[in-house]
Formats: sequence, structure tokens, C-alpha cells
Amino acid sequence: MSQLRYALYTGCTAKESTPELLSSTLAVAKKLDIELIILEEASCCGASHLQDFDPFLSHVLNARNICYAEKLGLTMVTLCNTCQINLAMTKEKLAHDADYRAKVNEKLAEVGLKYQGSVEIKHFLYALIDDFGLENIKAKVEVPLSNFNIAPFYGCHNIRPSELHHKSNGGENPYNPTSLDRLIDALEGYPVNYASKNKCCGFHVDLQAPHTSNALTGTALLDAIDNNADIMVTPCPLCHLNMDIKQRSAGKQAGRDISIPVLHMPQMVALALGCTYEEIGLKYHVSNAKKVLAQATN
Amino acid sequence: MSNTKKITIKAFRFNAETDYLPYYKSYEMEVGKDELVLDLLNRIKWEHDGSFSYRRSCRHGICGACGIKVNGKPVLSCKENAYDMIDLFGDELIFEPQSKKRAIKDMIIDKGDFWDKHAVVKPYVEGIVDEHPTHETNMSQEEVENVLNADYCIQCGNCHYACPALEVNEEFFGPAAFVAAYRFTVDPRDNAGKERLEMTSQIGPGVWDCVKCFECAEACPKDIIPIEKITRLHNLQFEHHVAQSNIATRHAEGFVRSIKKHGFLDEADIVKYSEGNIGVLKHLGDAIAMMKAGKIHITDQIPFMGNMPKSKNLDEIQKLVKISQTNKL
Repeated sequence: MSQLRYALYTGCTAKESTPELLSSTLAVAKKLDIELIILEEASCCGASHLQDFDPFLSHVLNARNICYAEKLGLTMVTLCNTCQINLAMTKEKLAHDADYRAKVNEKLAEVGLKYQGSVEIKHFLYALIDDFGLENIKAKVEVPLSNFNIAPFYGCHNIRPSELHHKSNGGENPYNPTSLDRLIDALEGYPVNYASKNKCCGFHVDLQAPHTSNALTGTALLDAIDNNADIMVTPCPLCHLNMDIKQRSAGKQAGRDISIPVLHMPQMVALALGCTYEEIGLKYHVSNAKKVLAQATN
Repeated sequence: MSNTKKITIKAFRFNAETDYLPYYKSYEMEVGKDELVLDLLNRIKWEHDGSFSYRRSCRHGICGACGIKVNGKPVLSCKENAYDMIDLFGDELIFEPQSKKRAIKDMIIDKGDFWDKHAVVKPYVEGIVDEHPTHETNMSQEEVENVLNADYCIQCGNCHYACPALEVNEEFFGPAAFVAAYRFTVDPRDNAGKERLEMTSQIGPGVWDCVKCFECAEACPKDIIPIEKITRLHNLQFEHHVAQSNIATRHAEGFVRSIKKHGFLDEADIVKYSEGNIGVLKHLGDAIAMMKAGKIHITDQIPFMGNMPKSKNLDEIQKLVKISQTNKL
């Protein structure tokens, strides 16, 4: 297999509150000999909020982000479900509305850029599964995750709306997604089947509707725990923020103690590929995840 | 190759008048490739149990009566091919009402909350209509296109009962009511637009409590994409200066502030800016936990100060914001 190369759109979270996401992603790429070129010019995608305020500005900025992947001529890889959907929705809008694309390009021309729509945009999860291949990952496993029941938490913006994502997510069924389950299986862990795996974590209303967000986060965490999960894993750092940081407040609202380590998808892969404690970044978790490394090798 | 498939249907059964708890009953049947989910509902009733209850009427995807969930997927029974469901979910199909907690009998639910919320947003043209017009009220092509496809809604309730925000926030209007609010707000004959925008801008019932999960987009049998109309309502609130400065609107607008400064979002600043100096204090517990875990870096006691990442070519981003920004708070 020739070496896989991608333009990496890190998103804000991986550069700020979840540094463990970036370090584990880079460690996995190194182990699998995947070249990731970080798009240092990229800006925030707007996280699905900027478009509520100013959709045109959101489209201009995301078109600019995509321009830099186009300059490299490489598929753009994202680490966050919400970055993925915002970039993909921009691409979709510009592909189907030539007048609008011209207006966006008019602005981009002012900074010497031109959006063409020539590159694909996919989440790192699907780059690993569909491009690198599960069998190839399986062959590289150094620490089988057979000590863990792992609850996959998919995150909305990788699976819905299905029509938008089908080009980049291998045709995932939003009512019965399987990619993370298959990845867990390839790493020799035990995927936990539970009703909340494709549900919303509530992150996007954390500020204005904390009751809603705590309710959704708590329901999903408790559902995983009640189905004997030892770990939860998610491809989305925004889901991760809620699931990791809000265990206390969500548990308080639900009237139950909640304690479960929550890993980013690349952290789980890094763990199985034998990456170091620092690379996996287990110290950056609010809910105790440090123990996971010792448990894996026990 | 056989033209039928043998499947098991596990159907939710419940009679609010006699049953303490719901239960599931299995029915085995050979299904033909042209059969609809509605045909299978009929066959449960006609071939297995005459007491099995569900709503049906037009059989043409327009009355909106026969919405149910198949393996968790909201469907309009008369529009959904049973083989497609078998392709998605295998040979065990689970039939459930749109909302189990609102079940009256089997697939039939009490849709009262749906209709109540729908009615509140004034789902009709409110205006002074000439009783004896001498000519038609014409719409421009642009005005027609602006309705998007919001007028396709058949009030089936699929999106409403797929919405997780509505499940935990009883006052939330829900996606179908927002589609109706949008549809009549952009109608050129209507005069109640401002009232609807004010109504849907309230924190609690309004669009700001949407969790952006896209369940509604997936659930709609008419491909309406309710969240697209929710986004348009957000936009209209700013365009028509209905949006008040509050935690949610500052959160949306605050992205511009961060992007101008760093290219990236300043995660600590957006919380502080949205909440205000007093409101931000309720995040102190989370902030301390995040600092302890090294998630918030401290330089000179000010979060992210001095080590906020900055995008390369930040001047480009700043220029684009300057020349592209169209809305203000």
C-alpha cells in the first residue's frame, strides 16, 4: 500500500482544551505511516454557531479552509464531527449554488484565493477504516483491548444528515452505525451495544440550556454504564468535552454517580498500537482515565 | 431467487385502559418486495390480531397519520418500502409508536403536545385580505424560493417525536412548529412575522434550545430538513433586529470576535463573553477541574493568555471577516 497522505484540519479543540486528541492522532499516524500535513492557515469552522449569526461569513471562512487543502491537492481530514459537518455543508452549498459560489469567490479573491471544490473532506475515523483498512490496523495491534467493554458514542455530526455524509462515511446507517463498533472489534475490544450510541450529547446548548445538555449527556453515560461499559469512546471532541467534564453535573441531575473514562477515538487506537502514556495524553482528562493504560496491559 | 423474505416483526403493544406496562409481541410473515410498512401493519391486524391499532388514512403520503418508528427510524408507513427496512435492519423489524411515553393504544399516540405547539406559532397567514380582490396576489420567483420546501409539511410529527431536546425540555416548540413559523414568516402576504420571530427567539421554547443533532432532518418523510429552517429563523432574528443580546446570541456572535483575534475560537473567552462577568462564575467548578487536568493552560493567571494558538496568515482571515460579515448583534 502506498503511503496515505492527508491535509489535517485540527479544529480549535484539539489545539486548546483537548491536546490529547492531537497528540494521539499524530502518534497513530506515525505508527501507521500515514502522513498528516497540518493546515496551519486554517481558522475555526464556526462550530455550527457562527452560521446562526452570519451564514455567509461562515461559508467564506470554511471555503478558505478548504482552499488550503486544495493547494496541497490532498483529502482534508478532520478530527471533530462538527468541523466535519460544517466543512462538508459548505462544500455541498457551494457545489449546488453557482451564484453563491461566485459571491464567495469574490471575497476570497481579495486575499488571493480561489475555491474550487476539488478535494474530499472526511473524518479521521473513516480515513482509518475505509482508506487504511481495518485488517491493516488489526495487524498492527500491540496491546489488544481485550480487557475492556467499550461503548462507542458516535456523535451526531458524523452520521446525520446521512445523505450529506454518505460520500465520506462509508454509507453509515444513522440508526445503526457500525464503524466504531468494527474498529473496537479490530482492536480486540468488546463493543457495547446500547441505545444511546447514536444519540446527541447536548454540547451545543451547554451554555443556554444546561438542563437539556446535562440530561442528554447523563442519559448516554448511564446507558453505557448500565450496559457494562468500562470505557466510552467517541470520534468527536465536543462530545468528549461533555462526556468527560460533565459527569459530576450530569450525575447530580440524574441522581446517580457517574464515573467512566471517556477516550477520543485516536486515543483508543493509540492505546492498542502501543503508543506512550504521553502520546495518548491520558493525563488531560477530568474523569480519571490514567488507569486505562495499566488496565490494558494487566 | 425468492420474491419474498421471511421476517419477524416485534410490535409494541399497549392499551392504556387495561395494561399497566407495554409489551412486545412477535409476528412472523413472508414479505414481498412491493409491500410497504403500512401493508405489514395491516397484515398484523388482518391476519394475526384484530385488536392491533394504528392510524392510517390516505395511503398516499399526504395525510400524515401513519408515522411510526421502525427499529428507531421514524417512517411514514405508507411511504416506506418494507424491503428497504430489511436492508437497513435485517430480518427482525421492531415496530414502535413515534413516542412510547405518549402511547394510547399500540401505534397510536396522543399528539396533543404537537398540535398545541404547532398552533402557538400561528401556522397560517395573518394579514388583511381583500374579500373581493380584483387580481391574484402574486409572489415573485425569489419569494417562492425563499419558502424553501417548508410548505411540504404534512404534520406527521416524525421530526417532533425524533427531537431529543423536546424530550427533556417540555416548553421547546420543536422542529415542526419551527418549520411552520418559518413558512408563514417568509410569506409576503403575512403580517405576523415579527411576532413569530420574537416567539421563537425566546430561550427555552425557541430555536436557541435546538441541540443541532439533525434527527429532524433524518426523520422527515418529505425531505424538508427542519434544521435548515431553524437556522433561517436564527438568521432572520438578526436580520430583523429581533435578536436581543443574551447568552445564546452572544455565543453565536462571539465566534466572530475570537476568529478576528486568533483565527481559532478562544474557548475560555467565548464562555466568559456569552455568560457575562457574573454568569461565568457558575462555570468555576468545571474550569478548576479543567485546569487541574491541564485542559486550560495558565500563563500569568489568565487562561490561554499568551498561548492561544493563532492561525497562520491571520491577516487574510481578518480581512475576510471585515469584507464578508453581513449581520450585527
